[in-house]
Amino acid sequence: MIGVVVTYALREALRRRVFLVVLLLTLLFLALYALANYYVFRDVAAVHLPEDVHADKRSFAGVFLSGLAMFAALFLGVVLAVFLTLGVVAGDAERGLLQPLVVRPLGRASLLVGRFVAAAAVCAAYVLAVYLGATLITGLIGHTWPGAVFWPGVTLAAAVALVAAISLLGSIFLSGTANGIAVFMIFGAGLVSGLLGTVGHALGSHTISHAAHIAAWALPFEALYQDALRQITEHTTGLAGVVLQLGPFGGAYVGGWSVRLWAAGYLGAVGLLAIRAFARRDL
Amino acid sequence: MAALSVRSLGKRYGRVEALGGVDLEVGDGQLVGLLGPNGAGKSTLVKIACGLVRPTSGEARVCGAPAGSTSARAALGYLAELFRFPGWATADEVLRLHQRLARSRGGAAERTRLLELVALADARDRRVEAMSKGMQQRLGIAQALVGEPRLLLLDEPTSALDPVGRRTVRILLEELRGRGVSVLLNSHLLSEVELVCDHVAILLGGKVVAAGSPEQLAHARGVEIETDEGVRVFEAAGRDETPRLVAELVRAGRRVYGVRLLSSTLEEVYLEAVQGETS
Repeated sequence: MIGVVVTYALREALRRRVFLVVLLLTLLFLALYALANYYVFRDVAAVHLPEDVHADKRSFAGVFLSGLAMFAALFLGVVLAVFLTLGVVAGDAERGLLQPLVVRPLGRASLLVGRFVAAAAVCAAYVLAVYLGATLITGLIGHTWPGAVFWPGVTLAAAVALVAAISLLGSIFLSGTANGIAVFMIFGAGLVSGLLGTVGHALGSHTISHAAHIAAWALPFEALYQDALRQITEHTTGLAGVVLQLGPFGGAYVGGWSVRLWAAGYLGAVGLLAIRAFARRDL
Repeated sequence: MAALSVRSLGKRYGRVEALGGVDLEVGDGQLVGLLGPNGAGKSTLVKIACGLVRPTSGEARVCGAPAGSTSARAALGYLAELFRFPGWATADEVLRLHQRLARSRGGAAERTRLLELVALADARDRRVEAMSKGMQQRLGIAQALVGEPRLLLLDEPTSALDPVGRRTVRILLEELRGRGVSVLLNSHLLSEVELVCDHVAILLGGKVVAAGSPEQLAHARGVEIETDEGVRVFEAAGRDETPRLVAELVRAGRRVYGVRLLSSTLEEVYLEAVQGETS
């Protein structure tokens, strides 16, 4: 039964006009990203560093651009995840799309799980495609590759799947528009916690760093993003490594298997909460 | 075993009581009409029966299984008052999806039969977004019939239909009754309910205020006799007095052209039951 819902949701995701719009905007982004790479690597050769500064300019630029691409992939993936899930329960119930499906003998849990699997699959494939496409562009134009390529993409895809799950949970309580706004605010809070960590790190403030650390664990999609960022920068040493840890959109201060396991548990808890809440909701 | 059995059913939304102890039964092959003003609790009752809403008290059973359970949902077909199908899907795709969800093995033959039944055979590959409201309503009825349900719950099934569409649905309902399918019809169209339903329940403020067959609900209002002097109404008279009244008129030298037994219409019964309530 879950398979039927997954197939339905996948077809819905791919046949809605919003998917075509996302696809076109993504191609536009990749084209602009390629143009930016061309100019950055053309001009970076002309940059003269002081004699006492030892940094590989090309690898610094490459990893910086990869970090930028990673943030863009996360952001676009989150936009897609939110659009695919923001109205799955309350929104679809208001429009009368949900009732004909729920009265069938498939079960509400199956419906929710099926919708999540489809949204996560579409978003994960999309994020991987954008991230790997951007990495390929940087590699081909700048002849520089991040320390790790595939696993940071997978980690990023997991972060977006987690946002999709939070959005599904929100859709049980909030109407489509309200849920979309709420999820973007939660996503924004994650980004702010990342920037807060960077500020705390730069100022050497233990309190700010600690607050950012807690926020990243409370919103594990941000922790996964930082984990992915860390994977592409961990082989960059020296000044380049230090500067990369400062940005471009927050540094990487948490990561590793503890974060990944916590995120998996968090996803399970969000899923269980959603199933329980949906089972009790009047339609 | 009744197709739908409702006992002391209650539902509260916060402080608002939508249903206050409703008893209702839809027997096998029976067509029951649910009437009442807006907010009387009709849709809530239907939603509880198909598992969309949980009751606060009492119970509802579909073919012996608790409403909302998997076996109860497997036995029913439902058309919501406000429903929509995804605009990107064709009529055939909508029915195929519901066949899979209802575990129907009818295949393409069932889809063809259902689309013909609701006069949508020519629109099989048309997207829902390109259909008129009436066509979508008919597709909704076809969807409710997927998997040959034992109980059909129809919430305002003819609200978006033109007179021809309404007639098609009326004929369809009579055909379903002939096949032993039980139907709970929630409608504002009294004439429609009067024409097709075996049993009628009128709800007001979440309670059943009148119930019975249309004939039981209608009470005698006298006899109307047309003579050469015009039409005369004998208000106190019933069917048994009619031959005597005609004989007396003939003996008095009157020419009798027609006799009609007067009884209240369902509309009059309804208005009397709801005491002018509209919502």
